[in-house]
Amino acid sequence: MSNDLYISASCVITNHVVSKNEQSIFENKAATLPDFLVSVYRFLNIQYPKFHKMDNLSKLGWLANEVLLRNNFDAAKYKPDETGIVLMNANSSLDTDIKYVATTKEMASPALFVYTLPNIVIGEISITHHFKGENAFFICNEFDAGFIHQYVSNLAYNNILQCCICGWVEVLNNEYKAVLFLIEKFKSVNSIIFTKENLYKIYQLQNG
Amino acid sequence: MSDLKMQIIAQLNLQDTKPEDIGDDQPLFVEGLGLDSIDALELIVLLQQHYKIKLSNAEDGPKVFKTVRTMAEYITAHQAQNA
Repeated sequence: MSNDLYISASCVITNHVVSKNEQSIFENKAATLPDFLVSVYRFLNIQYPKFHKMDNLSKLGWLANEVLLRNNFDAAKYKPDETGIVLMNANSSLDTDIKYVATTKEMASPALFVYTLPNIVIGEISITHHFKGENAFFICNEFDAGFIHQYVSNLAYNNILQCCICGWVEVLNNEYKAVLFLIEKFKSVNSIIFTKENLYKIYQLQNG
Repeated sequence: MSDLKMQIIAQLNLQDTKPEDIGDDQPLFVEGLGLDSIDALELIVLLQQHYKIKLSNAEDGPKVFKTVRTMAEYITAHQAQNA
């Protein structure tokens, strides 16, 4: 069953390194997390002012998605509701929740409040690329490749989605890791079969 | 108005914008600076934090936050009232 689905591309961002399809493409060892995220944004040479307003979780997921799709995604192949997003992490939006609670002691920040849900990162990606397909954000203790594989396969085989961006996006304090996969129904030059083993293998790249 | 522009940039995290990029009479919302509804709330917070001004009537919002000049005029008028 899984042989009908393929991992067309992958992106890993962790430990100050950005990797695309298991190859390192950018590194900035000296930076703090906010500075590192801005340096990745500058490296990608994108003009999207809303990026600067996002919280760190959304910035990380949004950047990982930009890396993932660049040169590997043909939006013309799909209707807006045929591309979906399924993400997972362990700490939900806790990183921003803590910052938001701190602001409530003086004056609650509306700009922080809007990021006190983890699925906002899905919204930011969807707004940028006009995706309107099924989406979900799951909270798990650790990356559950078996669950992601099963959930995305179900969406694809029931023709709810033709294409899915899935994976792990986690930020808490200065710890962060994003691992995204582009899952499609056709085989391309460098694609590999969509299995939980291949998801784990890529997830463990630069494990941190 | 230069100080107000710097405060707006800081409050709204407009990282790629300099004070001189914002015209005194440039619309802040939709066209012009392209701010959204969350930015409007942040501008209300800015008035409270920096100028101790509470926008009591929500209907005044579009008029007050039309441009940097209208914001500055509102702040000046409020400060004169409370002087």
